[in-house]
Amino acid sequence: MTSTREVVVTGLGATTPLGGDVASTWEAALAGASGARTLENDWAEKYGLPVTFAATIKVDPAEVLSRPETKRMDPSAQYAIVAAREAWADAGSPEVDGDRLGAVVSSGIGGIQTILDGWDTLRERGARRMLPMTVPMLMPNSPSAYVSLEFGARAGTHALVSACASGAEAVGYAVEMIRSGRADVVVAGGTEAAIHPMPLGAFAASRTLSLRNDDPQAASRPYDVDRDGFVLGEGAAVLVLESAEHAAARGARVYAKVGGVGLSSDAYHITSPDPEGTGQVAAMRFAIEDAGVTAADIVHVNAHATSTKVGDLTETRSIRTLLGADADHVLLSATKSMTGHLLGGAGAIESLFAVKAVAERLAPPTINVDNPDPELQVPLVRNEPAKLPGGDVAAINNSFGFGGHNVALVIQNA
Amino acid sequence: MANTDQEILEGLAEIVAEETGLDTADVLLEKSFTDDLDIDSLSMMTIVTHAEDKFGVRIPDEEVKNLATVGDAVSFIKGAQA
Repeated sequence: MTSTREVVVTGLGATTPLGGDVASTWEAALAGASGARTLENDWAEKYGLPVTFAATIKVDPAEVLSRPETKRMDPSAQYAIVAAREAWADAGSPEVDGDRLGAVVSSGIGGIQTILDGWDTLRERGARRMLPMTVPMLMPNSPSAYVSLEFGARAGTHALVSACASGAEAVGYAVEMIRSGRADVVVAGGTEAAIHPMPLGAFAASRTLSLRNDDPQAASRPYDVDRDGFVLGEGAAVLVLESAEHAAARGARVYAKVGGVGLSSDAYHITSPDPEGTGQVAAMRFAIEDAGVTAADIVHVNAHATSTKVGDLTETRSIRTLLGADADHVLLSATKSMTGHLLGGAGAIESLFAVKAVAERLAPPTINVDNPDPELQVPLVRNEPAKLPGGDVAAINNSFGFGGHNVALVIQNA
Repeated sequence: MANTDQEILEGLAEIVAEETGLDTADVLLEKSFTDDLDIDSLSMMTIVTHAEDKFGVRIPDEEVKNLATVGDAVSFIKGAQA
């Protein structure tokens, strides 16, 4: 018998640096491809940007959206809509009362390209030339609002903001909406479109970006001894979450269930993770307890691992602290090595990867780890995908954000 | 530089098509922006902003409510260019 508290994943959608949909993104991830590329523009000469590459989106949304849609939506909303339409169709376009349908799509930064374009227009051409759609394009809840409009979601439309944990927090909130009885179906995910010289300059100023300009595809290398920072990525991922009862009643195909949600905050430093990992351990422990599984059940972790010196190791120490000897049988994947860091989209695409991993019993690889950091404390999936065991299994997706936000989601086989 | 009525209509039709996704051939003089072309107020202001830019005129906000049809807009722009 299915419990009303059980939440399952029935649809997946994505547009990422690896591909314009889930199938191409997942195929590229299993093949160990990199989405990073040299930027074909003059930003380095013009602004003195120290970084000349990023993980740009593979398929321009202009190829799949109408012209008015691309003019009315910031790229962050465009990516979200592309991913949401795919996820919705993938779920079989569920028949659901709009009052029982929610939308939770987060962005870490919001419509930053619209904000900056609007400022350029104001300064260069004056207020009379500013476009009337500027405000609805720049607001960080715009992607969620457009997804709500697209499917008629009236049970609530939300956009939780927690920097690089935003996408995972959105999925977690969607789970809570279904569990609490507010909704039967929620379209949830994350998006980001911040590849612009200002955010690139700002991240470079914070000394968190890789500057491996001569070899962009090797730049994102979580756990490698020569890692030197993250690679800015962009894109969106969306999951259709549904109560198990609702999914069963309509005979929906179920990929996996989201069994546990764990949230905590460090209250330690505005950007650095607590080196003790107390908050990370707490988030993972809450998620495991919430799912009703034990350390022995965890077979796979999609790590937050951004390819920074400090962050990568803190997380693996946290996993070891939590799981103890059981960490020996965890297959750890750092998919940002391939996608780059999607910021507000990261927690969503990595949740999607964890769902695919559990559904297909295949952990995606981590690339560019030529010399694993000797302090890495968990078995790493390198270069080739690794098989997950049969039977009942659980995976964790970890997402952490500037501000000390920790989100852990437990994904289990259906 | 003044445009002919036909040039203004064609230019306006391109702006409306970009904003709404309608075919330029559907943007005819007698069409109502709201009733026929289903253009809301934010879209109308976007079209006005682009039209000012394209035709080098100023369309005051208080004038916009008088532009019921495409023909009204063409006439106003023509007059403003004179």
